[in-house]
Parts: sequence; structure tokens; C-alpha cells
Amino acid sequence: MQAEMRMRMLRVGVLAGLVLAAAPAHAFIAYVSNEKSNTVSVIDTDSWTVTKTIKVGQRPRGIEFTRDGKFVMVAVGDDDTIQVIDAKTQGVVDTLPSGPDPELFTQDAAGKTLYVANENDNTVTVIDLEKRARLGDIQVGVEPEGMTISPDGKTLINTSETTNMAHFIDTSSRQIVANVLVDARPRFACYKHDASELWVSSEIGGTVSIVDPGKHEVIGKVTFDIPGLRKEAIQPVGIGMTKDDKTAFVALGPANRIAVVDTATRKVAKYLLVGQRVWHMAFTPDEKYLLTTNGVSNDISVIDVAAQKVIKTIQVGELPWGITIAP
Amino acid sequence: MIRWLLGPIGLCLAAAQALAADPVTIGVGYLGVAGTRSTLSLVEQPAENDGVAGAKLAIEDNNTTGKFLGQRFTLEEHRIKEGEDPVQAASALAEHNGFIVADLPADALLKVADALRDRGTLLFNAGAIDERLREADCRANVIHTAPTRAMLADALGQYLVWKKWTRWLLVVGSHDEDKLYADALRRAATRFGAKIVQERTFEDTGGARRTDSGVTLIQRQMPVFTQQAPAYDVLVAADESEVFAAYLPYRTWDARLVAGSAGLVPRSWDAAQDQWGATQMQNRFMKLNARRMSALDMQAWTAVRMIGEATSRTNSGDVRKVTDFIKGPNFEVAAFKGTRLTLRDWNLQLRQPILLVDGRMVVSVSPQEGFLHQVSELDTLGYDRPESKCKLK
Repeated sequence: MQAEMRMRMLRVGVLAGLVLAAAPAHAFIAYVSNEKSNTVSVIDTDSWTVTKTIKVGQRPRGIEFTRDGKFVMVAVGDDDTIQVIDAKTQGVVDTLPSGPDPELFTQDAAGKTLYVANENDNTVTVIDLEKRARLGDIQVGVEPEGMTISPDGKTLINTSETTNMAHFIDTSSRQIVANVLVDARPRFACYKHDASELWVSSEIGGTVSIVDPGKHEVIGKVTFDIPGLRKEAIQPVGIGMTKDDKTAFVALGPANRIAVVDTATRKVAKYLLVGQRVWHMAFTPDEKYLLTTNGVSNDISVIDVAAQKVIKTIQVGELPWGITIAP
Repeated sequence: MIRWLLGPIGLCLAAAQALAADPVTIGVGYLGVAGTRSTLSLVEQPAENDGVAGAKLAIEDNNTTGKFLGQRFTLEEHRIKEGEDPVQAASALAEHNGFIVADLPADALLKVADALRDRGTLLFNAGAIDERLREADCRANVIHTAPTRAMLADALGQYLVWKKWTRWLLVVGSHDEDKLYADALRRAATRFGAKIVQERTFEDTGGARRTDSGVTLIQRQMPVFTQQAPAYDVLVAADESEVFAAYLPYRTWDARLVAGSAGLVPRSWDAAQDQWGATQMQNRFMKLNARRMSALDMQAWTAVRMIGEATSRTNSGDVRKVTDFIKGPNFEVAAFKGTRLTLRDWNLQLRQPILLVDGRMVVSVSPQEGFLHQVSELDTLGYDRPESKCKLK
């Protein structure tokens, strides 16, 4: 009798252990914009499968959850607007009045103001998210693309691809306060969480510039060197910074790799082979996983952040570009 | 105390305003030839402002960047008329412009280059594709944004070989530049393993390019001209003079594709190019010039952007400083071709991918996959360093 009890307890224990090992603590929902298919793929991070494909406007690229997690905004460049997807019904419910050809955008910490890079007319458009109304435009350099906001919300960063600058914009006055020259075709900007550094990727220059946001100066550069690969194939785009600011992940485009960068030494610790032409990435909120969009191979790579290993590949639509995960 | 604090702030403001009010002016000249050449296809007829329209857009792009750096770019255009001395025209332009973008025939370009050498003016050859300007006749004060005939022929050759269309029927026009293009195509065939099964010459007997009853006659002539050829995969035409190539597609005796001067054409740029962010550029060009962008427009745009790139990197409008930077090892420019463009330091030719276009779409971009090189795959297009006869002076 006692032996049987013990056996049963053991069995339960083993079962419980199995369940714990198999299921992540939380399942998250990721939204992926497919530039060519004109769709958004919804991925469940529990089963790692596509649970829904949402039809959107033409050429969806930049994609982000609203701060409250209720909506997903996706820039549909060829329709000159940003569409709003209801996360509950997973259907398009509204549009936002962006300027022509919106590509990437960012929002303030409160989720009240949206800043959109409009590639076609050298402006950044400011949108009131609650009223869904356009508040104004800011003139920037040629082909604005990368957008981010400082952790204190006071500074908006925009990178312009042909001007090769990161523009520092005061969010209250909406005036440019500084311009920092970086390498050719800057595409993405990302602050450290402690606001001590701004990282800017240069696609054609093949580097990531590290900018001192106070002095507005480039204080360092991350360079990439992959044996057997031409320099021209290394084209940094998306950047993901861990919450402790110790590790940065940089997508290297047609080099088909994610570089894992030690932010203290600014050196690459490791290259992770992902799909073809890797563009952008997003962490799960628990930071266990990092998901990357692989444009040419039409899939998403799942990286185990702690192990720094690619553990899974998920097929999505054609030319996946942007990704956002529910907060 | 407050006043004491305000002092330096006021000074800073004043300094910033002075910078904004008094920008450095960087003069760019554009030197071309008056009149346009005639093409067989009406839709390919170049615009009056072919080339300079690209320079104009790049000036705008440079000025958008320049306003953040206190730099202002100006463009002065001159078109040489029949009988006018190119050296005189160039010297007049060089009075106010440290940089000149030229779309000139090879001989005129060389005269201009030699005349301006001591003045320190930097020339950009945006139009001439002649090999000799980068080889025996290369000049240290001429940078080439136009590709060469060999680069264009190699770009096409790589693709045809990749497609396994390796048996070529080569048809050559009777003018000198047609023969030079044929030389480049023969070289490409040898380099990449294609075989020219036969060569034919299409004599230019004169006559109008446009007639009211044109098509009927052409439909009878072209099949006859191309009959009794040995087995071939693709007809490659060398007709820079626009005498016959555009008549060949759909009219060959055998059902074969046409490439070279018609059909699948290698070009530095095309109005259909929309990859690597090019759509924004095409839209900007259309908005400014109310027409689509040609290869010559792009070659001129690239030249003026190279100047802008160097002035912003050096934070200077000094011609010597800018020239040194452009010729130096750290120079690179982005031009919507999916890769950085750099200069071949041995002859100052801009490395660049070449598009293969059919008049409606970009079919492919060379260098093709698998054509490898130890320095840059772009150097599989055209003459490479070890073959070069150029001695920059």
C-alpha cells in the first residue's frame, strides 16, 4: 500500500516535471508583416504555429502593438496609411492618417503619440493616437526610416537613409536639436534601456554606430567580419537589446545571420545562422526567445536567448519584414 | 547670475545662426552636348534634360543633407553647341565650380581633363562608356560613374551563361562603337564560356529611323537577314548606333531570344528598378522632372551624390580635400543597388552592379551568383586590376 502510494506520487511528480518542461511559462502572440503577401501572420509562441493570417493593405512593413496591447498598428506603405488591427478579433478595424509611404514608426511611453517616418517626402508625421488625428509634420533628411524614442520620452530619433544621419528631435518643441552623421544608409535606431547609448545600424556602411545621446557624438562602432563572406553581404538592419543592456542582437540582412554583440566590449561574441535576408526582430516579454523575420526564405527563426541558439523555424507569408509581440 | 548663465547660451545661438546664415557653397557644373541622339523606338527617345535631371535631383538630396551641415550645393549647366570648343566651355564652368559632371564623347572629355588638370577641378565622366578612358587614356582627375562596355557585356554574358544559353549568334553594326561593343561581347563569351557560332554585320545604308510604312518592310527584312544561321540559343546584337537591333525581337527566322542592344539589355539603371529602396528615388525623380529616370540620369545623380557624400564626411567644401576623400580607401556611396559602391583605385571606375532589363522589368542583376572574386564580386564585371593598362597621371 505504502509502496503503491509512493509509486503514484513519483508518477505524478514525473508527469508534473514533464508538463513544466514542455510548456513555457506564458504563451505570447506575435504578429509578422509579410511585405509581398499583403498579410500579417499571427504566431502562437506556445505551439510555435501560425494561428491566423490577416489580409491587410499593400506592402505592410513596420508593425507594433499599442502600449495597452489591444491593437496592432501596421504601416501599409503603398496605401499611404497605417492600419489598426484589433488584437481580440484579429481583423483590421481602423486606419491612421500617416503621410505618404509610411515605413517605420514609434510611440511615446504613454502610447498617446505616434511618430511615423514617411519615406517619400522627407518628413516625420506626428499622430494623436487617441483621437487618431494628424498633429503635424517634422522636416528631416532624405528618406527617413529608423524611428525610436528615448526612455524619458523627451527625444525622438529618426534616421534618414540617403542623408546618412540620426536626427535628434525634441518631442515637446518638435524641432531638430542635433544631427549625427553615421555610415551609409542608416535603417534602424535603438536606445539602451538606461539611455546611455543610442545604437544605429547602417545597411550599406555595414556597421552599427554607437552614439552618445548627450554629446551627440559617435563614440564607437560595431564591425562585423564573417569568414568566407564578402563584406558587401553584411548589411545590418534590425537591433534587439536585452533589458539588462548587456547583449545586443543585430540582424545582418543578406549575410543570413544574427550577430550577438557584447555591449561592454562592442565586439561580436557569436554569429547565429538564421533564414535568408534577416530584417527585424522582437523579444518575447519574458525575454526567453527572440524571433527574427527572414525576408527571402519566408520564415521566422526562433532564438533561445539564454542559450544563444536557433531552436525553430516557422513558415509565414512571402517576404516577412516586421514583427511585434503582445506585451 | 542669470545673466552670467545666459551669456554663453546666447553666444552658442549666435554661432549656430551664423552657421545657418552663411553656408559653404559647393558649385557643381554639368557639361553636356546640345541635342539628343535618335533612337529606333519612340519611347526610348532621350529627354532634352537626360542626365542633368539626375544631377538636379542629387543637388536637392545633397541640399537636404547640407542644411544640417551648413553646406549649399549649386548646379550650373552648359550644353556645347556644334562647333563650340569643349575646353573653353569647361574652363568657363570651372571658374565657379570645383566639380564638373561631364557627358561628353571620349576625345572631348580627354581634352577637357587635360586642360583642367592644373586647376584642380575634379571631373566625373557620367556618359562615356569607352574602355580606353579607364585603360590607356585614363586620367587622375576623371572619376567614372558610367559603366564601361566590358562591364555591360560581362553583366549580360554572366546571365546568358547562367541560363545555359551559351551559343550566341552575334550581329554587329557597321559603326565604330558597334564594333567596340562587339569586342566587349566577344571578350565576355571567352571569359565565361559561351561560343559565338557565327558573326554577321548589319550595314548601315542610311535612311530615316521613322517612316509611315516602316513595319511592313522590317517584317520582311529581319527574317531574311537572320535565316540560315547555325544552331544558336540567343541572338546577341551590338548596335549602339540604333540602326537595327530594336527591329530584331519577334522577327528572327528561328524562334530565338534577342539580347545586347535590344531584348535583354544591360544598363546601369532603369525606370523599372524598384529594389533596395529604389522606389523612393524613382518617385522623387518623377516628382521633380515629370518623367522617368534613365541610366544617364542615374550616372549623373551618382556623381553628384558622391560629391555630397564626400563633403559631408569631410565636413568641407574644399575641392582638394573632397577629391582626396573620394579617391581614398574609406569612400563608399549608396545608390539603390543593394550594395555599397566603391572606386577601383587603379583607374577611378565606380564598381557597380548592372541591371538586365527588357524595357518593362528588371529581369536580373549581375554579377550573377557563382561568379566569384577575391576582392569584390563586382570586379568580375569589366577589366580587373591585373589586366589594367591604366597609369593614373
